[in-house]
Parts: sequence; structure tokens; C-alpha cells
Amino acid sequence: MTTRIDTRFAELRKQGRSAFVTFLMAGDPDPATSLAIIRALPKAGADIIEIGMPFTDPMADGPAVQAAGRRALDAGMTLTGTLRMIGEFRKDDDSTPVVLMGYYNPVYIYGVEKFLDDARAAGVDGLIVVDLPPEEDSELCIPAMKAGLNFIRLATPTTDDKRLPAVLANTSGFVYYVSITGITGSAAADSTAVGAAVGRIKRHTSLPVCVGFGIRTPDAARGIAERSDGAVVGSALVDALSASLDAEGKATSGTVQAVASLAAALAEGVRSARQAAD
Amino acid sequence: MSSLRNSFRSGPDERGHFGMFGGRFVAETLMPLILDLEKAYADAKGDAAFQRDMARYRKDYIGRPSPLYFAERLTEHLREISAASGGAGGAKIYLKREELNHTGSHKVNNVLGQILVARRMGKKRIIAETGAGQHGVATATLCARFGLDCVVYMGAVDVARQEPNVIRMEMLGAKVVPVQSGTRTLKDAMNEALRDWVTNVHDTFYCIGTVAGPHPYPMMVRDFQSIIGEETRWQMQEVEGRLPDSLIACIGGGSNAMGLFHPFLDESSVEIFGVEAAGHGLDKQHAASLTGGRPGVLHGNRTYLLMDGDGQIEDAHSISAGLDYPGIGPEHSWLHETGRVTYLSATDEEALGAFQLLSRLEGIIPALESAHAIARVIELAPRRSKDHLMVVNLSGRGDKDVPQVGDILKGRKK
Repeated sequence: MTTRIDTRFAELRKQGRSAFVTFLMAGDPDPATSLAIIRALPKAGADIIEIGMPFTDPMADGPAVQAAGRRALDAGMTLTGTLRMIGEFRKDDDSTPVVLMGYYNPVYIYGVEKFLDDARAAGVDGLIVVDLPPEEDSELCIPAMKAGLNFIRLATPTTDDKRLPAVLANTSGFVYYVSITGITGSAAADSTAVGAAVGRIKRHTSLPVCVGFGIRTPDAARGIAERSDGAVVGSALVDALSASLDAEGKATSGTVQAVASLAAALAEGVRSARQAAD
Repeated sequence: MSSLRNSFRSGPDERGHFGMFGGRFVAETLMPLILDLEKAYADAKGDAAFQRDMARYRKDYIGRPSPLYFAERLTEHLREISAASGGAGGAKIYLKREELNHTGSHKVNNVLGQILVARRMGKKRIIAETGAGQHGVATATLCARFGLDCVVYMGAVDVARQEPNVIRMEMLGAKVVPVQSGTRTLKDAMNEALRDWVTNVHDTFYCIGTVAGPHPYPMMVRDFQSIIGEETRWQMQEVEGRLPDSLIACIGGGSNAMGLFHPFLDESSVEIFGVEAAGHGLDKQHAASLTGGRPGVLHGNRTYLLMDGDGQIEDAHSISAGLDYPGIGPEHSWLHETGRVTYLSATDEEALGAFQLLSRLEGIIPALESAHAIARVIELAPRRSKDHLMVVNLSGRGDKDVPQVGDILKGRKK
């Protein structure tokens, strides 16, 4: 089954460049502004859009993404609302891949089968669920594959060669390499080490390998794009969004533009990368 | 059917499941560590030297065995209550004196085991979450004893209401980090500890304080706490010549309860009661996950959780910081569904009443956590016959609660 993710990477390969992948939280700072931001991202140069499913207890996220989730929940965002928002986005854009990212409990409570049906219908292409390692594949990964959704796995610096095959076994779409041991938005990734790690993963899989965690600037994005199939930026975009809010944490007239401008600059960084020599 | 197949003591399976509960719901970064820990613990368990160390430190450092004490005046008091309502009941109440352990609670039983495992794994830095501070104090204590770095995450609300324990941890050389995120209680302390762990995987051991978290923690912590029930068994045999008829313990995550219960799960004559924190009342804010929650996934395991219809975790409330958690250990969820253990609850008010009653009648100031168990004993014992042997786990002492309870009682006199 070919998903929008597979199609997008095939196009990028033809163009000879890496993907620019954005992450923002659904409903941050409110559902309407969030939809406007997501609509602006493809034009700003996002090749793949990751959308966070807000959760009260994001154990792998740093302060920026935690606060984004809190704003979204306070503004009334739910998983149903998140899927509805993606459905709205899909009315004008049928090509940009959308990946939902988050934690398992809201999906589990929504009901796995119903969630997969509704996510597909809304136009979701892939899932990243932080607290579902391969050991728990029967929960969501296998059903998602059967439903035609990509299940994108995180590989980390602690995922050694012995463990990589297990991590890659049921992965599809792309592999998300977490460049640091840590939470989102913390340390900067060292692009030389990242290059070595991406090479190591590529010896085990033909899937594209995107890299995230710690990428904040167009230069850093270019460095990563030169050594991988895609650079994922999350916390820096969330910070730009947060900085544009008023004193009460509400959206201002500059919020959408603040995120879109940074996204455009980061996309430029990715597009200026020298083609990876592989 | 064979008795083995009917056992309540055979869990978890190799994937860490107790029925549908448990599991390993963690980020990939932590997965290799959890697998290493599983192996290290299995090796330790089968190593006579490890068992010898455990036995030695239990005896000479913790002060085990903890006494099984006949609470004569509490027993008499509840018999009078029974008689006043025309009954002739009043179970014979024994207290398992875990509050007499070094550091003042059952928590040290588990920490000793985990620190010895951490040393075998060559880990030099220990992190822990704590609610009431009892687990934090136990961890800080053993880190001092073995010269390990210790960082304790504690919700900012709990830092304020359990100040004596914060001071103790700092005196023992631990760094206490007040957690400002979320509800600023135990759940958030655990989130923050997991964030630390995922960042410092290379040298850090996460010493979880209860029978929760990803496999193998619920099993490992249960094993280390089972000394409570094992001792109770031979101690009761020694004084009464038979098994107890019922067991009662309070439950936050549920480690003191699991430690007392587990050795008795296959004794069908033994009634077993867990007591959750009903806070302001089950129809208001509380911390009774089994009574008021449903199965979900948090902090590495599937278990009963307090949450809203969208799967967002709800704020728990209990007067006792140690029970103020919206989840419960997965094995308790399974024992609840199988019906082997009966789960009750006690409100803040009932716990306060029991706290004062035990202090006045037995000269023992219980932890507010343990007072929840006493509160249900007050109700259950008069309805049992006089030859009924009831054991309540006095899991911790109340010194840490004296300022908080003192303030509450002073406020009422005005």
C-alpha cells in the first residue's frame, strides 16, 4: 500500500533533496489558530507535517512541548477535535503527508479500531506513538499497518545493532532517529555523530531516515539534511508560536506568521543542503 | 485443574503482563535499559551472594524482622463498639510494624534491593520520585550508605506539605528537585524522573518506589516487599499457631499492600482488603483508581487510572501525599478484576480520625497513608468474631505528618 508519505519521499528523491518535517501541537494555542498554522505550513516549505495529540502527561517532552499540550487542552482540544482539524486541512491539501504523534492513552481510550477508521477517514498517513516500543506492537502498530497507516518508529542512540532489527521490523513510512538521549527541545544534535548513526540505521533498512530533537536553526537543519533524508523541527516552532502569544497566552494577529516565517527559513536551510552522497 | 494453574502468585508472564495489565509502555530510549534491568534482576535473584547481602542488610541495617504486634487496646476499643450495638464481635488486631524500619516505613525494603541491583549494574547515579517523601528518604539513605549520587523528584505541593522529609533527604546528601509541572504532586514527580532517566540513560538507575512502572519494576518491587508477608506468616504461626484470617493495607501505588498480600494470595481462607484514598469523597476529588477509574496506559504500564472521557489523566486528591496518585500497580488491577482482593476506600476525614485514635490508644502515631487502613479496620473488626485474626500493615510512622495534622486540628479549634 502506497501512502502519501511514500509518494512524498519518492518525489524528494527525484528532486535530490531531503525532507523538511515540522511538528506542532494540535489545538495550540486554540483550535482555529492551530488549523490556520497547519494550513500555512506547506506553503512555507514543510514537506511532511507532524501533529501532536495533546496529553496531560507527556513523559518524553521538554517544557516547550509540555506547555503547548497544556495550552491545547485548556483551549478544549480533544483527540476527536484533532482528527476533525486534519479533516479540515485535507479539504485544501490532498498531498502533504500528515503524521499524528503522541502517547498511547488517548488513543487507547478512544478505541484502537475506531481511531484507525477515523484517522484514515480524516486523511492521516502515519502514527508515531512514543510509549509503544516493538515489545507492544500488538496494541496499535500491527492494527495500524493492516488499516493502511504507516507506523513510524523512533530509533535512538541507545538502540544498538542488536536491537535495530526488532525496531525496524514493523516500521513503515520512515524511521525517526532521535539524535540525542533526552526529551524534546533539549540539547543540540551533533551533525557528525548524526551522520554516523544514520549510516548505521541505513545498513539495516531501505526506509528513509529522518532526524529530530535538538534542531533549532536553518544552519542546523541544513547540517542534518545533508546527512539524512529529513530534518524534523518541533520545539523551535513551538517556541516561536509561544513567543507570539499575548500575556494571557492567547493568539495574536502575528501568531500564524511567526510560525510560518520560521518554517520558511528552516525549509530554506533544508533546501540549501548539499545532496547526500549515498 | 492443578493448583499451579489456579495460582494467584504466578504472574507476570514473560512480557510483564498480569492478565491484561502491566506491560512495557516506554520510549525506545529506555527500552534497552529495561531489558538490561530485567536480566540483571534475574541474575541477582539466583545469586546466593546477593541473597546473603539482602539478608544481612535487612537484619542489621533496616532492623528486620519488624514486629507483629497485638494491638490490645485498639482490639478492646472495637469490641466495646461491637458490644454497644448488641454484638459480640471484635477481631483480634495485629499491627505489622513496618514503621519501625530504619527510615520509618516499608519503602526501605524495596530500595535496599534496587540499590544492590544498581551496584551490580555499575550505576553510579540514582534517581527517584517521591510523594510523601518516604521513598525519597529511603533512597537518599541507601545512596548515602553506598556512596551514590542521589536526585529525588518531588511535586512542589508535596515539598510544602512534607517538609520534614525534604530536610531529611537534604541532610543525607540528596538533591531534592521540586517539580512545578502539572498538578505538582506524585504523578508529575514520576514524569520528571522519567525525563531525567531518558536524558541520563548511560549512568543512571531509576529507583521506582512502588509496584508500578514498566516491567520488571512491578514484579521486582513486589518481590522485595514480600518480606512483609513472609515474616507475618511465620510470626503469626509463632504466636497463634495458624494463618491470619484477614489482611488490610492502604494503597497508593500499592507496594506495602502487595508485600503483605502476595505470600497469602493462594490461601483461600485469608480475606484480603486494600484501602484506597477516597479524598474528599468518591463523588468528589479522590485518589481511588480502582473504585473510580478504568483501565488505561500511563508511566509504563496498563492499569486502572483516573481520567476523563478523552483519556486525559485527572488530578487525584488525598490528604496523604503518599496516596495522591491517579494510578495503581498493575497487579492490584488484576487482583481487583479476578476478585481475589477486595478494594475499599477511606476519606481524608476517616484517615484523620484513625490517625488520632491509634495515637491515643496504642501510643503509635501512624503515617496518614497507613491511617487509611486503620480507618477500615475500625469498621471491619467489630463485624468479625473475637477469634478472627486481622493483620493491618502499619506501613509508616506519622512523624512527617505531625506538622500538617497539627495545623488542621488547630484550625478546627478556632
